[in-house]
Amino acid sequence: MTGADALEVVVRAVAVLAAFLVLPLLVGQTEHKVMAHMQGRLGPMYAGGFHGWAQLVADGVKFVQKEDITPAAADKGVFRFAPAVALVPYLVAMAVIPLSPDVVAADAPAGAVFVLAVTAVGILGTLMAGWASANKYSLLGAMRAAAQLLSYELPMVLAVASVCLAAGTLSLTGIAHAWSPWWLLWQLPGAVVFLVSAVAELQRPPFDMPVADSEIVFGAYTEYTGLRFAFFLLSEYAGIVVMSLLFTVLYLGGWQGPLSDQLGWLWTVLKGFCIAVVVIWLRVAWPRLREDQLQRLAWLVLVPLALAQLALTGVWVVLTA
Amino acid sequence: MTGLDLAFAAVGVVAAASGLLAVTTRHVVHAALWLVVCLGSVAGCYLVLGAELVALVQVLVYVGAVVVLVLFALMLTRAPIGPRAEISTSRLHRALAAVLGAGVTVLLASVLLPLAHPVDRHETDTTVLSRELFGTWVWPFEVLSLLLLAALVAALAVSRVGARSGDVRDGAARAEAELRTARGDAS
Repeated sequence: MTGADALEVVVRAVAVLAAFLVLPLLVGQTEHKVMAHMQGRLGPMYAGGFHGWAQLVADGVKFVQKEDITPAAADKGVFRFAPAVALVPYLVAMAVIPLSPDVVAADAPAGAVFVLAVTAVGILGTLMAGWASANKYSLLGAMRAAAQLLSYELPMVLAVASVCLAAGTLSLTGIAHAWSPWWLLWQLPGAVVFLVSAVAELQRPPFDMPVADSEIVFGAYTEYTGLRFAFFLLSEYAGIVVMSLLFTVLYLGGWQGPLSDQLGWLWTVLKGFCIAVVVIWLRVAWPRLREDQLQRLAWLVLVPLALAQLALTGVWVVLTA
Repeated sequence: MTGLDLAFAAVGVVAAASGLLAVTTRHVVHAALWLVVCLGSVAGCYLVLGAELVALVQVLVYVGAVVVLVLFALMLTRAPIGPRAEISTSRLHRALAAVLGAGVTVLLASVLLPLAHPVDRHETDTTVLSRELFGTWVWPFEVLSLLLLAALVAALAVSRVGARSGDVRDGAARAEAELRTARGDAS
Protein backbone atom coordinates (compact mmCIF):
# COMPACT_ATOMS: atom_id res chain seq x y z
CA MET A 1 0.00 0.00 0.00
CA THR A 2 1.50 3.32 -1.05
CA GLY A 3 1.28 6.62 0.80
CA ALA A 4 -1.46 7.91 -1.52
CA ASP A 5 -3.59 4.81 -0.89
CA ALA A 6 -3.19 5.15 2.86
CA LEU A 7 -4.15 8.83 2.65
CA GLU A 8 -7.24 7.94 0.61
CA VAL A 9 -8.33 5.38 3.21
CA VAL A 10 -7.92 7.97 5.98
CA VAL A 11 -9.86 10.62 4.04
CA ARG A 12 -12.71 8.18 3.35
CA ALA A 13 -12.86 7.09 7.00
CA VAL A 14 -12.94 10.71 8.18
CA ALA A 15 -15.70 11.52 5.67
CA VAL A 16 -17.83 8.61 6.97
CA LEU A 17 -17.22 9.73 10.55
CA ALA A 18 -18.24 13.29 9.69
CA ALA A 19 -21.44 12.07 8.00
CA PHE A 20 -22.08 9.82 11.00
CA LEU A 21 -21.81 12.78 13.39
CA VAL A 22 -23.77 15.32 11.31
CA LEU A 23 -26.64 13.42 9.65
CA PRO A 24 -28.18 11.95 12.85
CA LEU A 25 -28.20 15.43 14.42
CA LEU A 26 -29.95 16.74 11.32
CA VAL A 27 -32.59 14.00 11.60
CA GLY A 28 -32.95 14.70 15.34
CA GLN A 29 -33.53 18.40 14.78
CA THR A 30 -36.00 17.59 11.98
CA GLU A 31 -37.83 15.30 14.38
CA HIS A 32 -38.09 18.09 16.98
CA LYS A 33 -39.54 20.48 14.42
CA VAL A 34 -41.75 18.10 12.42
CA MET A 35 -43.31 16.63 15.57
CA ALA A 36 -43.85 20.10 17.00
CA HIS A 37 -45.63 21.35 13.89
CA MET A 38 -47.76 18.20 13.58
CA GLN A 39 -48.83 18.65 17.21
CA GLY A 40 -49.51 22.40 16.84
CA ARG A 41 -46.63 23.66 19.01
CA LEU A 42 -43.28 25.35 18.45
CA GLY A 43 -40.61 22.92 19.62
CA PRO A 44 -37.21 24.17 20.81
CA MET A 45 -36.90 27.87 19.85
CA TYR A 46 -34.06 29.46 21.85
CA ALA A 47 -30.73 27.58 21.56
CA GLY A 48 -28.58 29.12 18.81
CA GLY A 49 -31.06 31.84 17.89
CA PHE A 50 -32.79 30.86 14.63
CA HIS A 51 -35.61 28.45 15.49
CA GLY A 52 -33.48 26.68 18.09
CA TRP A 53 -31.17 25.06 15.54
CA ALA A 54 -28.47 24.37 18.16
CA GLN A 55 -30.76 22.51 20.56
CA LEU A 56 -29.11 19.13 19.94
CA VAL A 57 -25.63 20.60 20.33
CA ALA A 58 -26.77 22.01 23.69
CA ASP A 59 -28.20 18.58 24.56
CA GLY A 60 -24.85 17.02 23.73
CA VAL A 61 -23.02 19.47 26.02
CA LYS A 62 -25.54 18.64 28.76
CA PHE A 63 -24.98 14.89 28.34
CA VAL A 64 -21.19 15.32 28.54
CA GLN A 65 -21.51 17.22 31.83
CA LYS A 66 -23.73 14.62 33.50
CA GLU A 67 -22.29 12.14 35.97
CA ASP A 68 -21.56 8.73 34.48
CA ILE A 69 -23.22 6.30 36.90
CA THR A 70 -22.69 2.52 36.90
CA PRO A 71 -25.16 0.76 39.23
CA ALA A 72 -23.49 -1.10 42.14
CA ALA A 73 -25.09 -4.45 41.25
CA ALA A 74 -24.40 -4.15 37.53
CA ASP A 75 -21.95 -6.27 35.56
CA LYS A 76 -19.61 -3.33 35.13
CA GLY A 77 -17.58 -4.32 32.08
CA VAL A 78 -20.57 -5.36 29.98
CA PHE A 79 -22.60 -2.36 31.19
CA ARG A 80 -19.92 0.09 30.09
CA PHE A 81 -19.20 -1.62 26.78
CA ALA A 82 -22.84 -1.99 25.63
CA PRO A 83 -23.33 1.54 24.15
CA ALA A 84 -20.33 1.02 21.84
CA VAL A 85 -21.76 -2.29 20.59
CA ALA A 86 -25.05 -0.54 19.84
CA LEU A 87 -23.44 2.43 18.08
CA VAL A 88 -20.50 1.12 16.02
CA PRO A 89 -22.50 -1.19 13.68
CA TYR A 90 -24.38 1.78 12.23
CA LEU A 91 -21.10 3.63 11.69
CA VAL A 92 -19.74 0.61 9.81
CA ALA A 93 -22.97 0.20 7.82
CA MET A 94 -22.82 3.83 6.73
CA ALA A 95 -19.43 3.19 5.08
CA VAL A 96 -20.87 0.91 2.36
CA ILE A 97 -24.04 2.86 1.46
CA PRO A 98 -23.46 4.68 -1.85
CA LEU A 99 -24.71 8.24 -2.28
CA SER A 100 -23.77 8.09 -5.97
CA PRO A 101 -21.55 5.73 -8.02
CA ASP A 102 -18.55 7.87 -7.04
CA VAL A 103 -19.55 9.00 -3.55
CA VAL A 104 -19.19 5.78 -1.55
CA ALA A 105 -16.61 5.13 1.15
CA ALA A 106 -16.21 1.39 0.52
CA ASP A 107 -17.99 -0.23 -2.43
CA ALA A 108 -18.44 -3.77 -1.06
CA PRO A 109 -19.36 -6.46 -3.64
CA ALA A 110 -22.04 -7.86 -1.32
CA GLY A 111 -23.09 -4.50 0.18
CA ALA A 112 -26.74 -5.44 0.77
CA VAL A 113 -25.82 -8.49 2.89
CA PHE A 114 -23.12 -6.46 4.61
CA VAL A 115 -25.57 -3.81 5.85
CA LEU A 116 -28.05 -6.45 7.05
CA ALA A 117 -25.34 -8.47 8.83
CA VAL A 118 -23.79 -5.45 10.52
CA THR A 119 -27.05 -3.89 11.72
CA ALA A 120 -28.07 -7.30 13.14
CA VAL A 121 -25.08 -7.03 15.50
CA GLY A 122 -26.40 -3.78 17.00
CA ILE A 123 -29.15 -5.61 18.91
CA LEU A 124 -26.43 -7.24 21.04
CA GLY A 125 -25.77 -3.79 22.55
CA THR A 126 -29.37 -3.52 23.74
CA LEU A 127 -29.31 -7.08 25.11
CA MET A 128 -26.01 -6.47 26.94
CA ALA A 129 -27.33 -3.19 28.36
CA GLY A 130 -30.56 -4.77 29.55
CA TRP A 131 -28.91 -7.77 31.18
CA ALA A 132 -25.94 -5.98 32.76
CA SER A 133 -28.05 -3.24 34.37
CA ALA A 134 -29.29 -5.62 37.10
CA ASN A 135 -32.72 -4.02 36.84
CA LYS A 136 -35.92 -5.93 36.08
CA TYR A 137 -37.30 -3.21 33.81
CA SER A 138 -34.06 -3.22 31.83
CA LEU A 139 -34.20 -7.01 31.50
CA LEU A 140 -37.84 -6.92 30.37
CA GLY A 141 -37.00 -4.23 27.84
CA ALA A 142 -34.05 -6.20 26.49
CA MET A 143 -36.19 -9.34 26.14
CA ARG A 144 -38.88 -7.43 24.29
CA ALA A 145 -36.19 -5.93 22.06
CA ALA A 146 -34.69 -9.36 21.32
CA ALA A 147 -38.07 -10.91 20.50
CA GLN A 148 -38.98 -7.96 18.28
CA LEU A 149 -35.69 -7.86 16.40
CA LEU A 150 -35.64 -11.60 15.74
CA SER A 151 -39.18 -11.42 14.35
CA TYR A 152 -38.62 -8.41 12.10
CA GLU A 153 -35.19 -9.50 10.86
CA LEU A 154 -36.79 -12.21 8.75
CA PRO A 155 -39.24 -10.13 6.65
CA MET A 156 -36.52 -7.51 6.19
CA VAL A 157 -34.00 -10.02 4.85
CA LEU A 158 -36.67 -11.49 2.56
CA ALA A 159 -37.61 -8.04 1.23
CA VAL A 160 -33.97 -7.20 0.51
CA ALA A 161 -33.50 -10.63 -1.11
CA SER A 162 -36.36 -9.80 -3.49
CA VAL A 163 -34.65 -6.58 -4.60
CA CYS A 164 -31.31 -8.36 -5.04
CA LEU A 165 -33.06 -11.00 -7.13
CA ALA A 166 -34.66 -8.33 -9.30
CA ALA A 167 -31.33 -6.55 -9.82
CA GLY A 168 -29.31 -9.75 -10.18
CA THR A 169 -26.60 -8.50 -7.83
CA LEU A 170 -25.87 -8.06 -4.11
CA SER A 171 -23.93 -4.84 -4.65
CA LEU A 172 -25.79 -1.71 -3.52
CA THR A 173 -24.32 0.31 -6.40
CA GLY A 174 -25.39 -2.43 -8.83
CA ILE A 175 -28.92 -2.50 -7.41
CA ALA A 176 -29.36 1.25 -7.82
CA HIS A 177 -27.99 0.99 -11.38
CA ALA A 178 -30.48 -1.76 -12.24
CA TRP A 179 -33.40 0.20 -10.80
CA SER A 180 -36.13 1.51 -13.09
CA PRO A 181 -39.34 3.44 -12.21
CA TRP A 182 -41.33 0.25 -12.91
CA TRP A 183 -39.88 -1.14 -9.65
CA LEU A 184 -42.01 1.35 -7.71
CA LEU A 185 -45.00 -0.82 -8.55
CA TRP A 186 -43.32 -4.21 -8.94
CA GLN A 187 -41.43 -4.04 -5.61
CA LEU A 188 -44.10 -2.08 -3.74
CA PRO A 189 -45.11 -4.87 -1.28
CA GLY A 190 -41.44 -5.51 -0.53
CA ALA A 191 -40.86 -1.78 -0.01
CA VAL A 192 -43.73 -1.58 2.50
CA VAL A 193 -42.44 -4.67 4.33
CA PHE A 194 -38.93 -3.19 4.43
CA LEU A 195 -40.07 0.17 5.78
CA VAL A 196 -42.25 -1.39 8.50
CA SER A 197 -39.49 -3.82 9.54
CA ALA A 198 -36.93 -1.00 9.51
CA VAL A 199 -39.05 1.09 11.89
CA ALA A 200 -39.50 -1.99 14.08
CA GLU A 201 -35.76 -2.75 14.05
CA LEU A 202 -35.07 0.80 15.19
CA GLN A 203 -37.60 0.33 18.01
CA ARG A 204 -39.32 3.54 16.96
CA PRO A 205 -43.00 4.20 17.62
CA PRO A 206 -45.39 2.50 16.88
CA PHE A 207 -42.97 -0.39 17.57
CA ASP A 208 -41.45 0.99 20.78
CA MET A 209 -42.59 -1.75 23.16
CA PRO A 210 -38.95 -2.33 24.29
CA VAL A 211 -38.71 1.22 25.63
CA ALA A 212 -42.39 1.76 26.55
CA ASP A 213 -41.95 4.46 29.20
CA SER A 214 -45.37 3.99 30.78
CA GLU A 215 -44.71 0.29 31.46
CA ILE A 216 -40.99 -0.39 31.86
CA VAL A 217 -39.50 3.11 32.45
CA PHE A 218 -37.09 3.17 29.49
CA GLY A 219 -36.43 -0.51 28.89
CA ALA A 220 -32.80 -1.52 28.51
CA TYR A 221 -31.59 2.08 28.81
CA THR A 222 -33.21 2.81 32.20
CA GLU A 223 -29.97 2.77 34.21
CA TYR A 224 -27.88 4.76 31.72
CA THR A 225 -26.88 8.39 32.22
CA GLY A 226 -24.75 11.00 30.52
CA LEU A 227 -22.68 10.20 27.48
CA ARG A 228 -23.47 6.46 27.44
CA PHE A 229 -27.19 7.22 27.29
CA ALA A 230 -26.49 9.77 24.55
CA PHE A 231 -24.72 7.03 22.56
CA PHE A 232 -27.88 4.91 22.62
CA LEU A 233 -29.92 7.91 21.41
CA LEU A 234 -27.33 8.62 18.72
CA SER A 235 -27.46 4.99 17.56
CA GLU A 236 -31.25 5.32 17.14
CA TYR A 237 -30.89 8.39 14.93
CA ALA A 238 -27.92 6.93 13.06
CA GLY A 239 -30.16 3.92 12.49
CA ILE A 240 -32.83 6.16 10.95
CA VAL A 241 -30.18 7.63 8.61
CA VAL A 242 -28.85 4.19 7.59
CA MET A 243 -32.30 2.69 7.04
CA SER A 244 -33.60 5.72 5.09
CA LEU A 245 -30.56 5.78 2.81
CA LEU A 246 -30.79 2.01 2.35
CA PHE A 247 -34.48 2.29 1.44
CA THR A 248 -33.57 5.02 -1.05
CA VAL A 249 -30.86 2.92 -2.69
CA LEU A 250 -32.93 -0.28 -2.77
CA TYR A 251 -36.38 0.98 -3.72
CA LEU A 252 -36.11 4.57 -5.00
CA GLY A 253 -33.17 4.23 -7.36
CA GLY A 254 -30.70 6.15 -5.20
CA TRP A 255 -29.08 8.84 -7.32
CA GLN A 256 -31.36 8.42 -10.36
CA GLY A 257 -33.10 11.66 -11.35
CA PRO A 258 -32.58 14.75 -13.52
CA LEU A 259 -28.90 15.78 -13.81
CA SER A 260 -27.87 12.61 -11.97
CA ASP A 261 -24.34 12.87 -13.38
CA GLN A 262 -23.63 16.07 -11.48
CA LEU A 263 -26.17 16.01 -8.65
CA GLY A 264 -26.48 12.26 -8.01
CA TRP A 265 -25.50 12.34 -4.32
CA LEU A 266 -27.92 15.21 -3.72
CA TRP A 267 -30.80 13.09 -5.04
CA THR A 268 -29.90 10.20 -2.72
CA VAL A 269 -29.70 12.52 0.28
CA LEU A 270 -32.98 14.26 -0.62
CA LYS A 271 -34.88 11.00 -1.10
CA GLY A 272 -33.38 9.61 2.10
CA PHE A 273 -34.42 12.74 3.97
CA CYS A 274 -38.02 12.32 2.75
CA ILE A 275 -38.02 8.72 4.05
CA ALA A 276 -36.63 9.94 7.39
CA VAL A 277 -39.53 12.42 7.61
CA VAL A 278 -41.95 9.54 6.94
CA VAL A 279 -40.33 7.58 9.80
CA ILE A 280 -40.82 10.59 12.08
CA TRP A 281 -44.37 11.01 10.82
CA LEU A 282 -45.17 7.39 11.76
CA ARG A 283 -44.13 8.19 15.32
CA VAL A 284 -46.58 11.07 15.55
CA ALA A 285 -49.43 9.34 13.73
CA TRP A 286 -49.73 5.94 15.45
CA PRO A 287 -50.11 4.75 19.04
CA ARG A 288 -47.86 2.01 20.38
CA LEU A 289 -48.59 -1.58 19.36
CA ARG A 290 -49.08 -4.19 22.08
CA GLU A 291 -46.51 -7.02 22.26
CA ASP A 292 -48.85 -9.68 20.85
CA GLN A 293 -50.11 -7.35 18.09
CA LEU A 294 -46.50 -6.65 17.21
CA GLN A 295 -45.60 -10.34 16.87
CA ARG A 296 -48.83 -11.04 14.99
CA LEU A 297 -48.05 -8.29 12.47
CA ALA A 298 -44.56 -9.68 11.86
CA TRP A 299 -45.45 -13.36 11.46
CA LEU A 300 -48.96 -13.25 9.97
CA VAL A 301 -48.70 -10.18 7.71
CA LEU A 302 -45.12 -9.20 6.92
CA VAL A 303 -43.52 -12.64 6.46
CA PRO A 304 -46.24 -13.95 4.09
CA LEU A 305 -46.20 -10.64 2.21
CA ALA A 306 -42.41 -10.76 1.85
CA LEU A 307 -42.55 -14.39 0.70
CA ALA A 308 -45.23 -13.51 -1.86
CA GLN A 309 -43.06 -10.64 -3.10
CA LEU A 310 -40.07 -12.96 -3.36
CA ALA A 311 -42.13 -15.47 -5.38
CA LEU A 312 -43.48 -12.71 -7.64
CA THR A 313 -39.98 -11.34 -8.25
CA GLY A 314 -38.60 -14.82 -8.92
CA VAL A 315 -41.34 -15.70 -11.42
CA TRP A 316 -40.99 -12.38 -13.24
CA VAL A 317 -37.17 -12.61 -13.41
CA VAL A 318 -37.34 -16.17 -14.78
CA LEU A 319 -40.05 -15.27 -17.33
CA THR A 320 -38.26 -12.18 -18.65
CA ALA A 321 -34.75 -13.64 -18.55
CA MET B 1 5.31 -13.95 5.97
CA THR B 2 2.89 -11.70 4.14
CA GLY B 3 0.27 -9.28 5.44
CA LEU B 4 -2.41 -11.89 4.76
CA ASP B 5 -0.60 -14.43 6.94
CA LEU B 6 -0.37 -11.89 9.73
CA ALA B 7 -4.07 -11.00 9.41
CA PHE B 8 -5.07 -14.67 9.41
CA ALA B 9 -2.87 -15.39 12.44
CA ALA B 10 -4.36 -12.40 14.30
CA VAL B 11 -8.02 -13.39 13.76
CA GLY B 12 -7.10 -17.02 14.45
CA VAL B 13 -5.54 -16.15 17.79
CA VAL B 14 -8.57 -14.01 18.72
CA ALA B 15 -10.92 -16.85 17.74
CA ALA B 16 -8.98 -19.43 19.77
CA ALA B 17 -8.60 -17.16 22.81
CA SER B 18 -12.27 -16.12 22.87
CA GLY B 19 -13.33 -19.74 22.36
CA LEU B 20 -11.22 -20.74 25.35
CA LEU B 21 -12.71 -17.89 27.41
CA ALA B 22 -16.22 -18.92 26.38
CA VAL B 23 -15.80 -22.39 27.88
CA THR B 24 -13.74 -21.40 30.93
CA THR B 25 -15.65 -18.33 32.16
CA ARG B 26 -17.79 -18.79 35.28
CA HIS B 27 -20.40 -16.24 34.14
CA VAL B 28 -23.02 -17.89 31.98
CA VAL B 29 -23.92 -14.74 29.98
CA HIS B 30 -20.24 -13.89 29.50
CA ALA B 31 -19.82 -17.27 27.86
CA ALA B 32 -22.46 -16.32 25.28
CA LEU B 33 -20.79 -12.94 24.72
CA TRP B 34 -17.35 -14.55 24.22
CA LEU B 35 -19.04 -16.84 21.73
CA VAL B 36 -20.00 -13.69 19.77
CA VAL B 37 -16.32 -12.66 19.62
CA CYS B 38 -15.33 -16.18 18.62
CA LEU B 39 -17.89 -16.48 15.81
CA GLY B 40 -17.06 -12.97 14.64
CA SER B 41 -13.36 -13.78 14.34
CA VAL B 42 -14.14 -17.01 12.50
CA ALA B 43 -16.03 -14.77 10.04
CA GLY B 44 -12.81 -12.73 9.91
CA CYS B 45 -10.90 -15.89 8.94
CA TYR B 46 -13.32 -16.48 6.04
CA LEU B 47 -12.87 -12.86 4.98
CA VAL B 48 -9.07 -13.15 4.94
CA LEU B 49 -9.38 -16.29 2.79
CA GLY B 50 -11.54 -14.39 0.29
CA ALA B 51 -14.96 -15.92 1.05
CA GLU B 52 -16.78 -12.63 1.57
CA LEU B 53 -20.35 -13.92 1.35
CA VAL B 54 -19.72 -16.84 3.73
CA ALA B 55 -18.23 -14.40 6.26
CA LEU B 56 -21.24 -12.08 6.01
CA VAL B 57 -23.74 -14.92 6.30
CA GLN B 58 -21.79 -16.19 9.33
CA VAL B 59 -22.25 -12.79 11.01
CA LEU B 60 -25.90 -12.45 9.93
CA VAL B 61 -26.98 -15.93 11.03
CA TYR B 62 -24.72 -16.81 13.95
CA VAL B 63 -24.07 -13.44 15.60
CA GLY B 64 -27.28 -11.71 14.56
CA ALA B 65 -29.71 -14.55 15.16
CA VAL B 66 -28.31 -17.64 16.93
CA VAL B 67 -26.45 -15.86 19.74
CA VAL B 68 -29.31 -13.39 20.17
CA LEU B 69 -31.60 -16.41 20.60
CA VAL B 70 -29.15 -17.95 23.11
CA LEU B 71 -29.06 -14.70 25.10
CA PHE B 72 -32.85 -14.46 24.94
CA ALA B 73 -33.19 -18.00 26.28
CA LEU B 74 -30.65 -17.22 29.04
CA MET B 75 -32.67 -14.16 30.04
CA LEU B 76 -35.78 -16.32 30.38
CA THR B 77 -33.87 -18.18 33.10
CA ARG B 78 -32.49 -16.29 36.07
CA ALA B 79 -29.36 -15.26 34.08
CA PRO B 80 -27.42 -14.32 37.21
CA ILE B 81 -24.84 -11.56 37.24
CA GLY B 82 -21.60 -13.01 38.60
CA PRO B 83 -20.58 -16.65 39.07
CA ARG B 84 -23.00 -19.07 40.75
CA ALA B 85 -21.98 -22.25 42.53
CA GLU B 86 -25.17 -24.17 41.72
CA ILE B 87 -24.70 -23.96 37.94
CA SER B 88 -20.94 -24.59 37.97
CA THR B 89 -19.51 -28.00 37.15
CA SER B 90 -17.48 -30.00 39.66
CA ARG B 91 -13.66 -30.10 39.67
CA LEU B 92 -13.65 -33.65 38.36
CA HIS B 93 -15.84 -32.72 35.40
CA ARG B 94 -13.64 -29.74 34.65
CA ALA B 95 -10.49 -31.86 34.74
CA LEU B 96 -12.06 -34.48 32.48
CA ALA B 97 -13.25 -31.81 30.04
CA ALA B 98 -9.78 -30.24 29.98
CA VAL B 99 -8.15 -33.61 29.23
CA LEU B 100 -10.68 -34.36 26.50
CA GLY B 101 -10.29 -30.88 24.97
CA ALA B 102 -6.51 -31.14 25.04
CA GLY B 103 -6.68 -34.58 23.43
CA VAL B 104 -8.88 -33.36 20.57
CA THR B 105 -6.63 -30.31 20.10
CA VAL B 106 -3.49 -32.48 19.88
CA LEU B 107 -5.19 -34.88 17.47
CA LEU B 108 -6.39 -32.10 15.17
CA ALA B 109 -3.07 -30.24 15.37
CA SER B 110 -1.05 -33.38 14.52
CA VAL B 111 -3.23 -33.95 11.45
CA LEU B 112 -3.61 -30.34 10.27
CA LEU B 113 -0.28 -28.68 11.13
CA PRO B 114 1.77 -30.70 8.54
CA LEU B 115 -0.69 -29.41 5.90
CA ALA B 116 -0.22 -25.77 6.90
CA HIS B 117 1.06 -23.42 4.20
CA PRO B 118 1.02 -19.66 3.61
CA VAL B 119 -2.42 -18.12 3.16
CA ASP B 120 -3.68 -18.92 -0.32
CA ARG B 121 -6.44 -16.42 -1.02
CA HIS B 122 -9.16 -17.49 -3.46
CA GLU B 123 -11.47 -14.59 -4.20
CA THR B 124 -14.79 -16.50 -4.27
CA ASP B 125 -17.36 -14.68 -6.35
CA THR B 126 -20.97 -14.86 -5.13
CA THR B 127 -22.03 -16.07 -8.58
CA VAL B 128 -19.57 -18.98 -8.45
CA LEU B 129 -20.70 -19.85 -4.94
CA SER B 130 -24.40 -19.85 -5.84
CA ARG B 131 -23.76 -21.86 -9.02
CA GLU B 132 -21.97 -24.53 -6.97
CA LEU B 133 -24.61 -24.46 -4.23
CA PHE B 134 -27.62 -24.72 -6.55
CA GLY B 135 -25.87 -26.90 -9.15
CA THR B 136 -23.43 -29.47 -7.82
CA TRP B 137 -24.64 -29.44 -4.21
CA VAL B 138 -28.33 -28.83 -4.74
CA TRP B 139 -29.51 -32.21 -3.35
CA PRO B 140 -27.59 -32.06 -0.04
CA PHE B 141 -28.80 -28.46 0.25
CA GLU B 142 -32.45 -29.44 -0.25
CA VAL B 143 -32.17 -32.44 2.10
CA LEU B 144 -30.70 -30.16 4.77
CA SER B 145 -33.59 -27.73 4.40
CA LEU B 146 -36.04 -30.65 4.72
CA LEU B 147 -34.24 -31.70 7.92
CA LEU B 148 -34.56 -28.18 9.31
CA LEU B 149 -38.24 -28.06 8.36
CA ALA B 150 -38.84 -31.39 10.12
CA ALA B 151 -37.05 -30.08 13.22
CA LEU B 152 -39.21 -26.94 13.14
CA VAL B 153 -42.46 -28.88 12.87
CA ALA B 154 -41.29 -31.28 15.58
CA ALA B 155 -40.45 -28.41 17.94
CA LEU B 156 -43.92 -26.96 17.40
CA ALA B 157 -45.52 -30.37 17.93
CA VAL B 158 -43.57 -30.98 21.16
CA SER B 159 -44.61 -27.63 22.60
CA ARG B 160 -48.26 -28.14 21.54
CA VAL B 161 -48.50 -31.72 22.84
CA GLY B 162 -46.89 -30.67 26.11
CA ALA B 163 -49.54 -28.00 26.59
CA ARG B 164 -52.44 -30.32 25.66
CA SER B 165 -51.43 -33.24 27.89
CA GLY B 166 -52.76 -31.28 30.83
CA ASP B 167 -49.86 -29.27 32.30
CA VAL B 168 -51.89 -26.11 32.03
CA ARG B 169 -55.11 -27.65 33.33
CA ASP B 170 -53.29 -29.37 36.17
CA GLY B 171 -51.75 -26.06 37.13
CA ALA B 172 -55.12 -24.32 37.05
CA ALA B 173 -56.78 -27.07 39.11
CA ARG B 174 -53.98 -26.95 41.66
CA ALA B 175 -54.26 -23.16 41.92
CA GLU B 176 -58.02 -23.47 42.42
CA ALA B 177 -57.56 -26.11 45.12
CA GLU B 178 -55.03 -23.92 46.89
CA LEU B 179 -57.44 -21.00 46.70
CA ARG B 180 -60.20 -23.14 48.26
CA THR B 181 -57.91 -24.26 51.09
CA ALA B 182 -56.94 -20.67 51.70
CA ARG B 183 -60.61 -19.62 51.83
CA GLY B 184 -61.41 -22.54 54.13
CA ASP B 185 -58.64 -21.40 56.48
CA ALA B 186 -60.00 -17.89 56.49
CA SER B 187 -63.62 -18.88 57.29
